[in-house]
Amino acid sequence: MPLWIFREYDRCSGCRYCEVACSLKHEGIIWPEASRIRVFEYVPGITIPVLCSQCTDYPCVSACPTNALSVDGTTGAVKVDEGKCIRCGNCVEACPGRIPRILPHKNAVLICDLCDGDPECVKVCKALGFNALIAVDKWPGSHYKLYARTAEEISKAYVKKLYRIDVEEVM
Amino acid sequence: MPYGFTGKFVEVDLSSSKVKVIDVGEEFYRKFLGGRGLGSWLLWERLGVDWEKVDPLSPENLLLILTGPMTGYIAGVRIAVTGKSPQSGGTVGSTIANEVGLELKTSGYDGLIISGKAKDPVYVFISDDVIEVRDASKIWGKGIRETHKLLLRDVMPELRKIPTYGEPKEPAMIYIGPAGENLTRISAVEGKYAHAAAYGSYGAVMGSKNLKAVVAKGSGPLPPVYDVGRLKELLYKAIELVPKKVPRLRIWGTGQGPWRYGRDLSSIPVRNWQEEYWERETYSQYDLEVYDWVKRYWADFGCPLCCMKVTVLHRNGEVVITDAPDYELLAYEGSNLGIYDVRDIAHLIWCGEELGFDMINAGNVLAFTAELFEKGILTKEDIGFEVRWGDENAFIRLLKLIASKEGIGKVLAEGTYRAALKIAEMKGLKPDEVFKYAVQAKGIAIGAHGIRSGLDYPPLSYVTSVQGGDHQSVAMLPLDAAPVVNEVWAAFCDSAVICQFNALGGWDFVFEALRAITGWDTTKESWVNENAKRILTLQRVLLLLGGPDVYWDPRIHDDNPPRFYEPLPSGPKKGQAPAKADITKLRSEYYRALGWDEYGIPTEETVKQLGLNGTEGALKRIKNRLNIG
Repeated sequence: MPLWIFREYDRCSGCRYCEVACSLKHEGIIWPEASRIRVFEYVPGITIPVLCSQCTDYPCVSACPTNALSVDGTTGAVKVDEGKCIRCGNCVEACPGRIPRILPHKNAVLICDLCDGDPECVKVCKALGFNALIAVDKWPGSHYKLYARTAEEISKAYVKKLYRIDVEEVM
Repeated sequence: MPYGFTGKFVEVDLSSSKVKVIDVGEEFYRKFLGGRGLGSWLLWERLGVDWEKVDPLSPENLLLILTGPMTGYIAGVRIAVTGKSPQSGGTVGSTIANEVGLELKTSGYDGLIISGKAKDPVYVFISDDVIEVRDASKIWGKGIRETHKLLLRDVMPELRKIPTYGEPKEPAMIYIGPAGENLTRISAVEGKYAHAAAYGSYGAVMGSKNLKAVVAKGSGPLPPVYDVGRLKELLYKAIELVPKKVPRLRIWGTGQGPWRYGRDLSSIPVRNWQEEYWERETYSQYDLEVYDWVKRYWADFGCPLCCMKVTVLHRNGEVVITDAPDYELLAYEGSNLGIYDVRDIAHLIWCGEELGFDMINAGNVLAFTAELFEKGILTKEDIGFEVRWGDENAFIRLLKLIASKEGIGKVLAEGTYRAALKIAEMKGLKPDEVFKYAVQAKGIAIGAHGIRSGLDYPPLSYVTSVQGGDHQSVAMLPLDAAPVVNEVWAAFCDSAVICQFNALGGWDFVFEALRAITGWDTTKESWVNENAKRILTLQRVLLLLGGPDVYWDPRIHDDNPPRFYEPLPSGPKKGQAPAKADITKLRSEYYRALGWDEYGIPTEETVKQLGLNGTEGALKRIKNRLNIG
């Protein structure tokens, strides 16, 4: 069964060990911006982990003009063929959460590959005792797409929920 | 360039808005690491010749914002802020938990050297190759929360310039409030609402340069390391150490301190240190935990420990958003002011931090004022209102007067030491009659750990520390005493620029990590005998050079404040106080251990041995001033 990374915003401390673990695995070095999961903190204390939601209709894959993106048959992750990516940004525009990331120093777009079924971010979050990220079976359903939102959108909602303050006062 | 460093520093001259990128040779990284150590060296190199004449609040002073070799790699990101301190006239390696350290390094720089003074309020923005001095006139005068928001709004469009690249993360930011802008000597450099580089009062140094903030966002990787496999193992080892060593920090932060230090160890300041013992149930983290913590965990980049909690208080239309608070501020805005309701304390802390104060040094001034009022030295006519123990509103009014330097606030803004001198003059008293109530060391407020009970900090702590009253960097013997707040250890953490709480594995762990990052074979022995001695000796030289308004005489100022010789009036160690003769003896032992003479002045032989070339002349200047052969 495909995999999904459940993200519990309330439990995220913002320690960003997930970014460290992800970039160590994928880039062989600590590189927070190249991490496929990134924790945003626009407002102090409101720490929001953002990563690919594997929408069931995969708008990013459909938007790719060069077929650089495909869906992994086992995990359901979006795979990037680095040789084919032309960094056009169509996938970014197609994603409701603008989650794919293109960096000046990288040749291809960065999207979570679910570590082929054993995600580093989930393991490290568990080791830390926060369990803000949990790997769960991806049962059929289109609701996963609800999590494909921008960090800004989620942060605004969380400001109201946690701080009970007008968003305009802090963002 | 050695592993772990970028090898580059950004130099910004605010007077001319000129920016350049410079190299610092590997030799200096090896000798001083970064942060506090390297900062002291850069200051000596550039300002040493005229050190005594440099006014810390003039354009001649430098503001250094420095990473270290371990910043970002291991356990809790921090950034060191230093310069000539407006409090001590020496240098303080003041560190703040903030991602500016990470963003500078991922932009390709080990640090930032800021000189001169901008004509109008500005902030410095760094993002990879972009280094800009930007207008901050609309942000100047604003409190901390508003400042954070306005900077974010100003910078995000810049970071989103190429929309097809996806969403950039927020930049890291450090900034000052009105207390720093108005040059109070008790102001902090703050970040994320509730974090502060406080000791040293570098908020005022930023203010004196018309610099409101430093904002950074890097997109590259951290520099390559010597052994990435080993580093990865150590990162996981750091995680394992958390539940084993300090569960209390993850669960409560240091907020359980009032019970530990107040009730059990009798070392908490009570009413300007008149006592160091109390017992009241409302005074602990407990009430915040059940009423006001909205989010249990709040960490900074790379921190497996997480000692912060988000606290939200709604009262009288105000929305307080702040940290837990920690022990130091629970003490300084709590028992030391006679306030025992933890929610009042959190509110008072927030009021002060919004104004940009260092709430240890500002708290020290508040308690000093309240005691002078109690003793009749300062009156209602002097202050404009009564300042009584436990009156939170009076303390908030005082903070506002200090931040804007109105009325008595102008005197108190100078910090406890200088305010004592001025008040003595104002009242026609001998300085000692006011110094009796000043609990500070070399211009810096003493942190909330007393020495009288003998159960907490050792008696030498603040007597010879090169950072005065800094409770995170105190003098201990032997020099390699258990790592935790010992200044030999602190000099490592503040120069490698990592979090002291997070260096849980002690000496072995940090040197293994330093080796994995840089490839260097630094050992505990080489650190204690070479690097730490070099850094502390250089800081000592700069502290004794001092000036231009205050100077220290080791025979007088290498001592505890008078209050610490008054016997404790209550608690398990009632009647106890250190003997002056014991302190003098320990002081001499400490001088000897560091290679300083009987007056605590480093010897020529010592500075030569440590490779502090060029400081011999400074030793002569110190001796001349003190009339010592």
